[in-house]
Amino acid sequence: MTATLDPVVAAALAERLLAMADDELILAHRNSEWTGHSPILEEDIAFSNIALDEMGHAAIWYGLREQLTNEDPDRLVFFRDAGDYRNVQMVELPKGDWAFSMLRQYLFDAAERVSLAHLTAGSYRPLAEAAAKIQTEEIYHLRHTGLWLRRLGLGTEESHGRMQAALDVLWPYARQLFVRLPGDEVLFDNGIFSDMALLQREWEDAVRPYLAECELTIPEEALPRRDIPRTEHTESLMALLAEMQAVARTDPMAKW
Amino acid sequence: MTILEADIWRALQSVMDPEIPVISVVEMGIVREVEVTPEGVTVTMTPTFSGCPALDVMRRDIESAVRGLGVESVTVRTVLNPAWSTERISDPGREKLRRFGLAPPPRHDGDVTVTFFEPVACPRCGSTNTSLRNAFGPTLCRMIWYCNECQDAFEQFKAL
Repeated sequence: MTATLDPVVAAALAERLLAMADDELILAHRNSEWTGHSPILEEDIAFSNIALDEMGHAAIWYGLREQLTNEDPDRLVFFRDAGDYRNVQMVELPKGDWAFSMLRQYLFDAAERVSLAHLTAGSYRPLAEAAAKIQTEEIYHLRHTGLWLRRLGLGTEESHGRMQAALDVLWPYARQLFVRLPGDEVLFDNGIFSDMALLQREWEDAVRPYLAECELTIPEEALPRRDIPRTEHTESLMALLAEMQAVARTDPMAKW
Repeated sequence: MTILEADIWRALQSVMDPEIPVISVVEMGIVREVEVTPEGVTVTMTPTFSGCPALDVMRRDIESAVRGLGVESVTVRTVLNPAWSTERISDPGREKLRRFGLAPPPRHDGDVTVTFFEPVACPRCGSTNTSLRNAFGPTLCRMIWYCNECQDAFEQFKAL
């Protein structure tokens, strides 16, 4: 069923899949913290759904990794410590206010839209097919978060101020989404995934004009920041994992 | 006793979607293929929404329905390609959704964005004097609408 891959390619792909899955899982967990606490009921429903979608997508990426490494996704999720997680720091930051969570989801959705389009054209069929499946669900996300950017960016002084403050914090973090993993070149050479620099360009081409339309200003980056590897995390991830993993670790042999 | 493919399909017709118990996994277009070999039966299914919590229940229900026919070796296989779409829901299935109180998903030929501005008929009174309240709903596959004639909310199965 699974196309056979050269071991070097398989190892590189397993690492990329872990990064993709961890991003979705941690973001889904953060977003789920709004369940029962959103500003209005309709949004509580909408954002909980988006969180559940991302959790489903994480399960697909972990499942593809499992086909390559035989690792049980539940073990990966509940029994890895922060240092072994490969998500970007952007998704682990505390949920902040509504503007912060909406903007984070928007920036992530826009990046996913670009990467999914490339993945569907990739040469490893199981991955290309999964990306095509996920693409159909993501349409609703970007539309939803995009509208929130307009609503708050073009709303009152208060809402605009909060959205701008969120952008000032999130913009430098978002760049980490496009930092290369050590094995990415192998994936690129084998036509499985595209070059990260190209993805970043396409993402910025979509995001920059839209943010401007919402009257949001991209913060100046005076110094060239170093590329943060996905092995580095903030304290926020440890707190998140402590909560997420507590039940599973209480009784590792429990049946669900 | 020899089990035929038609027997399996008939049995699966009684396996209902756990979240919408009036429509079967066959009418939903979730069952893609049934294969009977001397070794056993393989049913190929495809997930609807990736995060749908009902998927595991459906997988189990499909398996036990086939076992119920006396088949010992049952394999339920999941494929993602081609991706499931609401275009796969059969016409009788759509009618059952409507009678259940869920407006059926609009037809879209592969591009759901074309459905975003289409008026949806209220499943109770049939009026198209309706407005979208939420593109998300109580489950991943539902949207919330409001009927201005009935002055009440209703749900629509979300186009995918």
